[in-house]
Amino acid sequence: MVNGKRVLIIIPALNESGSIADVVGEVRGELPGVDVLVVDDGSTDRTAAVAAAAGARVAKLPYNLGVGGAMRLGYRYARDNGYDVAIQIDADGQHDPRYVPKLVDQLDEVDLVIGARFAGEGDYSVRGPRRWAMVMLSLVLSRVAKTKLTDTTSGFRAANRRVIEMFAGWYPAEYLGDTVETLVHTARRGYTIRQVPVAMRKRMAGTPSHSPAKAMIYLGRAFAVLTLALIRR
Amino acid sequence: MKLTLVTGLTGLILLVTIVELLRRRQLREKYGMLWLAVLLIVVPLSLFPRLLDNVAGTLGVASGVSLVLFLGIVFLLLVCVHLSWEVSALEEETRTLAEDFALLRAEVEAERAARTESARNELVSHDG
Ligand SMILES: Nc1nc2c(ncn2[C@@H]2O[C@H](COP(=O)(O)OP(=O)(O)O)[C@@H](O)[C@H]2O)c(=O)[nH]1
Ligand SMILES: [Mg+2]
Repeated sequence: MVNGKRVLIIIPALNESGSIADVVGEVRGELPGVDVLVVDDGSTDRTAAVAAAAGARVAKLPYNLGVGGAMRLGYRYARDNGYDVAIQIDADGQHDPRYVPKLVDQLDEVDLVIGARFAGEGDYSVRGPRRWAMVMLSLVLSRVAKTKLTDTTSGFRAANRRVIEMFAGWYPAEYLGDTVETLVHTARRGYTIRQVPVAMRKRMAGTPSHSPAKAMIYLGRAFAVLTLALIRR
Repeated sequence: MKLTLVTGLTGLILLVTIVELLRRRQLREKYGMLWLAVLLIVVPLSLFPRLLDNVAGTLGVASGVSLVLFLGIVFLLLVCVHLSWEVSALEEETRTLAEDFALLRAEVEAERAARTESARNELVSHDG
């Protein structure tokens, strides 16, 4: 329980056995009374076992579905078990669970809350094509959502019951769809979105899924995904 | 002139169909993107079939039209190969799913058998 609400933390994880135990432990330490669901997305290491030993519930997918596929499973679990709030947190330790109550508070006024870096707190910086992609995404998505969004690909989000129900039935599995397209979809259906500044940390172990060399391709795909999301209904 | 009309209209109808399928979420992005890219090449060519005559000349092909036909067949072959590859991946995934399902069923049935067994034992001990 956080502020009288039943809260589920959903952690999508792919080969994060190096950090998942610390992340689950930190969440449970900082937020007693919340439930933690780790969605192991076909990891080839001991992610699932380590997470279960750390006290999380674990849903193990038989093969890799991508972050979006893992998240829809998480939202279905939240819907079927009657949670009021579902919060997505990365398995690499970049998100600080101490911000969770801050996100949950905002859910009194809006439907979907995004924990955003670059919004004043922390010193996380990005450059080059990846930076341009982020600028393009925030400009367009801020207009669509009618609120200032500076970190649209953030994987730190809190959803209320209404959004949980929508995401449980519809959540894109495609690359970038889980962040960009869900924002367009949510805003277009009349749900309200707001960002909250958070400081992000360095990942604890393992490697990030994007290398700098892929930054340019990332920009192109971000543009394509955004265009498609905008023409879709 | 008539030919240009026919090919041009065909190209445009294809373009509209694919955009509409994408809009209705009937096509996944990865396929939609592929077909959109193809149409961006095909539509101009259908309007101006002679566009490739120069390229064809340097390659030693008699006319741009036959070059387009050749490239079209190569492309369709590649699409077929890609689809077979996708189907193979899908088959591998359903196989994994079927195994997971069978393992789960075995587990559930073993548990149920254990439960009825212990229930029966309890009955027997009660009956004396
Ligand atoms: N379920 C699932 N999670 C993934 C996949 N790829 C990455 N993740 C998780 O998504 C989170 C963010 O990944 P990361 O590589 O740190 O991306 P970044 O923070 O955007 O650079 C981490 O918790 C990863 O474990 C995937 O294919 N499936
Ligand atoms: Mg990360």
